Amino acid sequence: MATVEYNKKEAFVRASLRDSIPRYKALLIRLCAVVISLIICAFLIYSITKINPLKVYQAMFEGAFGSVRRSWITVRDTMMLLCIAVGLAPAFKMKFWNTGAEGQILVGGITTAACMIYLKSLPTWLLFICMIVSSCVAGALWGLLPAFFKAKWNTNEILFTLMMNYVAIQLTSFFVALWENPYGSNTVGVINQTGHEGWLGYMFGDNMLFGQEYSLNVIIVMTLTVLMFVYLKYSKHGYEIAVIGDSQNTARYSGISVNKVIIRTMLISGAVCGLSGFLAVSGASHTISTSTAGGRGFTAIIVAWLAKFNTFTMIAISVLIVFLEKGAVEIASQYNLNDYVSSMITGIILFFILGSEFFIRYKLIFRKRNKEVQ
Amino acid sequence: MKKIIALIVAVMLVVSLAACGNTTDATKDQAAKTANSDFKVGVILVGDENEGYTYAHIEGIKEAAKKLGIADNQIIWKYSIPEDETCYDTAADLADQGCSLIISNSYGHQSYTQQAAEEYPNIQFVAMTGDTAKATNLKNFSNAFTRVYESRYVSGVVAGMKIKELKDGGKLTDKNFDSDGNVKVGYVGAYPYAEVVSGYTAFFLGIRSVYPEASMEVQYTNSWFDITAEGEAANALLSNGCVIIGQHADSTGAPAAVQAALESGKVCYSVGYNVDMLSVAPDAALTSATNVWSVYYEYALGTAMKGDKVDTNWAEGYEKGAVAITDLGKSVAKGTAEKVEEVESAIKSGTLNVFDTSKFTVGGKEVTSAFATDTDGDFTPDTDEAVFDGYYHESYFQSAPSFQLRIDGIKELNNDQ
Repeated sequence: MATVEYNKKEAFVRASLRDSIPRYKALLIRLCAVVISLIICAFLIYSITKINPLKVYQAMFEGAFGSVRRSWITVRDTMMLLCIAVGLAPAFKMKFWNTGAEGQILVGGITTAACMIYLKSLPTWLLFICMIVSSCVAGALWGLLPAFFKAKWNTNEILFTLMMNYVAIQLTSFFVALWENPYGSNTVGVINQTGHEGWLGYMFGDNMLFGQEYSLNVIIVMTLTVLMFVYLKYSKHGYEIAVIGDSQNTARYSGISVNKVIIRTMLISGAVCGLSGFLAVSGASHTISTSTAGGRGFTAIIVAWLAKFNTFTMIAISVLIVFLEKGAVEIASQYNLNDYVSSMITGIILFFILGSEFFIRYKLIFRKRNKEVQ
Repeated sequence: MKKIIALIVAVMLVVSLAACGNTTDATKDQAAKTANSDFKVGVILVGDENEGYTYAHIEGIKEAAKKLGIADNQIIWKYSIPEDETCYDTAADLADQGCSLIISNSYGHQSYTQQAAEEYPNIQFVAMTGDTAKATNLKNFSNAFTRVYESRYVSGVVAGMKIKELKDGGKLTDKNFDSDGNVKVGYVGAYPYAEVVSGYTAFFLGIRSVYPEASMEVQYTNSWFDITAEGEAANALLSNGCVIIGQHADSTGAPAAVQAALESGKVCYSVGYNVDMLSVAPDAALTSATNVWSVYYEYALGTAMKGDKVDTNWAEGYEKGAVAITDLGKSVAKGTAEKVEEVESAIKSGTLNVFDTSKFTVGGKEVTSAFATDTDGDFTPDTDEAVFDGYYHESYFQSAPSFQLRIDGIKELNNDQ
């Protein structure tokens, strides 16, 4: 008879779709996820390495914010990642899988470097306009091509944008060989090292804005973040993007020109990614190489996706990912743990954050206690 | 059971958390007391201990530090630093942390290390295996390289002894000879650069010093570390009939391929690079040419600790013990150890010069003139005459190898430059 009883029993736990969840509650669930993942990581770190996990976390923190220089490098890299994610947001919201950010960054970087090399005698303001405009145009063109083919012949944008990355890498190799300095080194070296022409931090001469080399990076990217948020949420374009993302047929039915929106959105997405190339070259490395994008075009996909295309949430996620990256180098240095440990930590934390989405969407209902208790 | 283990782990964790705070501080204090100065070294590494090239550098620095009495906490390690602006950021960060000597171990780090050197004139920077220090005229920026071509020559002698034994024992088949009756040797090279050319030429000259009727084929992989490509290159050379496979690439791909071929009945042996290859090729590996980095690091760390200037272009070989060959494998020919000793002492005393111009020809003629330094960057040396006193002076004008003559008897199979 036991089986019959078992069948009659209500399931121990059931999941039901939530109608809505207050914002603070969703935030709390995510916070819990991070805390739990840190505890799990602590167990792992201790059981494998016998090192006090709190010390490891402290070292990670020092790696990211341990000195003024480190903090600013963390901020610089966060802004870079955020900028790419902001660029990806409109395309992804439209369910256009732009995996070509790497290429769009590289072509933006190439044009920026070209301006720095060939136009350095121009007045500073004109030089910067040239760099910004050319990098946006280059990125936009790199995004336009796959969008055009998608709109016209419904080609697969994932493969197309990915292939465009390889074209951009080859193009970068070509320009690196063309501009290499010292000749024969196969690297471009630091461009305009003495005069700082076209260096974003030196835009106003040697007096840096707020005394920091990277403060302009922050201003540019934060402005973009706000603009993109408004664009996606409150503009007619943003609404069209959202509708197409939900259903292209609905969009067509309601009279939205899907092809036009796809092309327009990819122009914007590509332009912002191209601008990240400008930030990478003019605002950070002052050189160009095939590793200028450095996989950040792909990391930004995780950022955009985790943030559900909310550009403000992206700030937090970019900070987290860059923090983990910087922490990795430091724990490797301080404790001789190689960076696999921090890849593990990153993996666990991201897993929990993704997993917490389940608890935000669903409510768990536990079986009621036995009748005697009631 | 699992619960019990989990519980134990949890308890251990809690206890350790409570205990750790005190103990580590105590050990830190103690270390600070034993440290004999506030000298600090920063090390920028392209890989970590899992990668052979970097591992050799880590071991070299650790050994040097031990000899000099430099404590662990006086060395700051930065692992897996890519060859881009991250290298500059890291160098600047190490400078902020008070390092007075900063070393980067990969060629690709050089320009970024140099950038940091320009910014911090009071700190010494070393770009290992680099070649621009002399040209930059920076007083605090230097390069270093071992005379590894010397140990490649000796590893060639080991290979030559083996070829002689195989020939005398009638183990070679027609396929192992080229049309001129020379025994075929193969070489897996990384890139067609001077560093590699210098290395394989020395290896080949070593073979010919023992067994003159030899010719060599070189197959490039265009990568410093690619297990698959190196294995494939070795197999291609083996199927061409090569008896010995030498290498100038960092993985164990080639020796492993040679071992597999040997097990399948082919007559073939391997000479490795950097590390002892006996673990992957116990029967096929004869020996490996290797660098003894600790010799340089002991010099550099010791010099910098005293506050003196590190040599701008350091290059040493057998004389200072900066190069060596690894333990001989069980397959080496009889009498190899004695022969190796004889050749090594001849190199040390200077009676034997690896690039003796009477021992090789280019285009059928003896070489009377060759430049060592390239000033306009077209990969063709244009200044500093290196041929005098009857031999090519390798690593004489700069620490990095410069010999890039293509001598007779060596054929590059896939050089598309």
